[in-house]
Amino acid sequence: MVAPLFNRRSVLTQAGLIGCSLAASPLVTPMAFAKAPWETRLVVIILRGGLDGLDVVRPQGDPAFADLRPTLNAGNDPIDLNGYFALHSGMAALMPLWHRGELGFVHAVSTPYRDKRSHFDGQDLLEAGTDRLSGTVRDGWLNRMLQLVPGLEADTAYAIGNDALRVLEGPAPVANWAPEANLRLSPQALQLAQLVMERDPQMHAALAEALMLSQDAEGDRRGGRAHEQIARFAASRLRQDARVAAFSLNGWDTHRAQGRALRRSLGVLSDTILTLRQDMGAAIWEKTAVVAVTEFGRTARENGTGGTDHGTGGVMIMAGGAISGGKVHGQWPGVGPSALYDGRDLMPTGDVRAALGWIMRGLTGIGTPDLTQTVFPGLDMGSDAGLLR
Amino acid sequence: MTYTPQLAEHRFGYGLSPRQQGPESAVNMLDTLAGPDRIAQSLPVQSYRALQDALVLRRRFRGFARKNPQTSKGKEADQKQRDIYGQMQAEWRRGFVQIQARRSLTQDAFRERLVAFWADHFTARGKGGMLRFAMTAYVEEAIRPQLTGRFADMLVGCVTHPLMLHYLDQDSSVGPNSIMVRRRDVDRGLNENLAREVLELHTLGVGGPYSQQDVRQLAELFTGLTRSRDYTFVFRRNIAEPGPETVLGKTYGAGASMQYVEAALRDLAAHPATARHIAGKLAVHFISDRPPADLIGALEQTYLDSDGDLMRLYQVLLDHPAAWVSELQNIRPPDEFVSASLRALGVTAQDLAGLKDRDLRDLFFRPLTLMGQSWQQPPGPDGWPEEDTAWVTPQGVAARLEWAMHVPQRLVQDLPQPGAFVDATLGAAAPSEIRFAAQAAESRAVGIGLVLSAPAFQRR
Repeated sequence: MVAPLFNRRSVLTQAGLIGCSLAASPLVTPMAFAKAPWETRLVVIILRGGLDGLDVVRPQGDPAFADLRPTLNAGNDPIDLNGYFALHSGMAALMPLWHRGELGFVHAVSTPYRDKRSHFDGQDLLEAGTDRLSGTVRDGWLNRMLQLVPGLEADTAYAIGNDALRVLEGPAPVANWAPEANLRLSPQALQLAQLVMERDPQMHAALAEALMLSQDAEGDRRGGRAHEQIARFAASRLRQDARVAAFSLNGWDTHRAQGRALRRSLGVLSDTILTLRQDMGAAIWEKTAVVAVTEFGRTARENGTGGTDHGTGGVMIMAGGAISGGKVHGQWPGVGPSALYDGRDLMPTGDVRAALGWIMRGLTGIGTPDLTQTVFPGLDMGSDAGLLR
Repeated sequence: MTYTPQLAEHRFGYGLSPRQQGPESAVNMLDTLAGPDRIAQSLPVQSYRALQDALVLRRRFRGFARKNPQTSKGKEADQKQRDIYGQMQAEWRRGFVQIQARRSLTQDAFRERLVAFWADHFTARGKGGMLRFAMTAYVEEAIRPQLTGRFADMLVGCVTHPLMLHYLDQDSSVGPNSIMVRRRDVDRGLNENLAREVLELHTLGVGGPYSQQDVRQLAELFTGLTRSRDYTFVFRRNIAEPGPETVLGKTYGAGASMQYVEAALRDLAAHPATARHIAGKLAVHFISDRPPADLIGALEQTYLDSDGDLMRLYQVLLDHPAAWVSELQNIRPPDEFVSASLRALGVTAQDLAGLKDRDLRDLFFRPLTLMGQSWQQPPGPDGWPEEDTAWVTPQGVAARLEWAMHVPQRLVQDLPQPGAFVDATLGAAAPSEIRFAAQAAESRAVGIGLVLSAPAFQRR
């Protein structure tokens, strides 16, 4: 069992392991921090590469669908969801959650990103949460949500894993960690390391945080694949004081042989969700919303190489006891020739930020004005999408 | 803001080495760069051709093994194909060792840094099988000889390299109205991936003046670029979309031809947006995340005036006062940090050649992954991040510290005395707290580790 953060902090301070000029380190400054004023948990998973929403939640009931994807639709038995949509069999392990109302989808959504279909810009916009890319906004929307609660404890939010996560970057304190990192230095060596880094606030703060997290992570020696370790670490934090966790999963850019590639990635995502659920325990899972979002969907038609190219509208995946599952939310635009965006992509009928906005509103009590002015500047959230239970 | 050999090595190379003096002047750096590539000759890496031969041979053995699964000949063939894979993997590891040894021993360290810079700009890697071992040879053959030439030549060489065609799916793209599709009614089509990245990453930059239509047209123009079964570059007229194609308002060719592809690439290289993009990237990489605007402006102008003459760009970079400010800026990315440590420790090719596969994994590959930079596995075609914030994370700093404390003692027989190591590595002006810490350390290994972990070593 891991000791509460407060105790560790004071132990370290007393042991002289933490220097004094640590204002830049959110985890160890001596100031009193506030706990988040809500009990719910939010997990944001960034699916990098452009998830093909049309392959995951398939509009089997749309007469135009079959012709778009002869190769992709062959030889993969999707699981019926509601008579109209069917789920990719790579997510079969999550069907019990669907039946319990703990798995749901919002279809035909996208960020405001259009036309250039670049991963990097698409991801930047998804994580910035703005309506267009500008050099002026450097922080991510999840960080701006945290900024609305002044003096929040740094271990309220965790960015987990090896990848940079812009969605959580910004002035609000956030902890970053990959479960396999750990420090094996003597107290004296650590003290000297603090000393040599003291003049570099950025490095010094990073080291101080590493120290705290390294002690936390020591309890878990179960090993396993990277995404499982990430999910377990996230769950271990969320069982305690953390309220927000974010990480990313790669492997969605399926230009060719999508049948195989997507199945593998959906397996990883399903594992991740199931691990979160198991390790959080029923009581926390009950209060949790997991949302998986991607930079854009993919072309409605399959390409010449058994895959799909960068598109526009896609799907948002939700899981957890707090969500309104067992449903495919969103406004379905159809995939007939005239319904497609630019004649090629699923037409986005909703802004993924509005869906995220309603979820955050429900989970945290933060009001619509804050969400549409600060978190997602300029967003029209529309009417309540009913995404939470 | 004056040139010092120490700063030259630190900011534009892999740091000071106990084995040699830094270059006398910036002119001297450029002269050496313009001269023969000595270190590559003395520490060679496997050629692309050798990998291709292995690919062909392995495919043959595999095919035979699959057709004759239960026979002794089949099993023998299967063992042979495994052996070939093992040999190529061993060559890949040896490539890592040779690259590290070059960085440790060279007198022409700016060249090695430029190789790393351009290899990142033109990121290409194999996505499976033995092609995952091809990056070393790609960089050696498509980047290295072009370092001191014109940008356009490097662009054409990289974009048409079989590894790039494979990485960005060009080798599976065919023109929807190509001869092959019309004749055989095959179920293959266009793939935009390479065309998009050429515009967005290699030339104009993502803010550049191009549209989806330009991407599409360039993708159509690129059809025909592909590779043979043994991964040799070929232009296949029968899969090329019949032209003309219009990219950025200029129309190329009525019939499909390699000549039009090359013309389009050269026009893209000459575009002012490309000049701006390359100028900005060079300044950010070598100077700081927020480089002075006049440096970018000078690089951009020189690029335009000199038709993308890379030597002229390097000269402008080294002539600018920002090159010689004593304040250290950018954090060294992990693989550069590791190389700079090896150089500071005076590690030789022999020291590294003695390491077993498991050592290489434990001492280098795993730690690099934890630091956030898996060797030769960049996250995407945009390569590794430049921003310091991507690297200075709790995990990144923890992994560097762990490496600095535990690995050097396994690489060299006798670790230097930490006090002397401070002078040799950071010079007489080393910050006093580093000097203190190095002396106060409870062991030589910790003392060395502290010097390597210090911001004065981690930043350049």
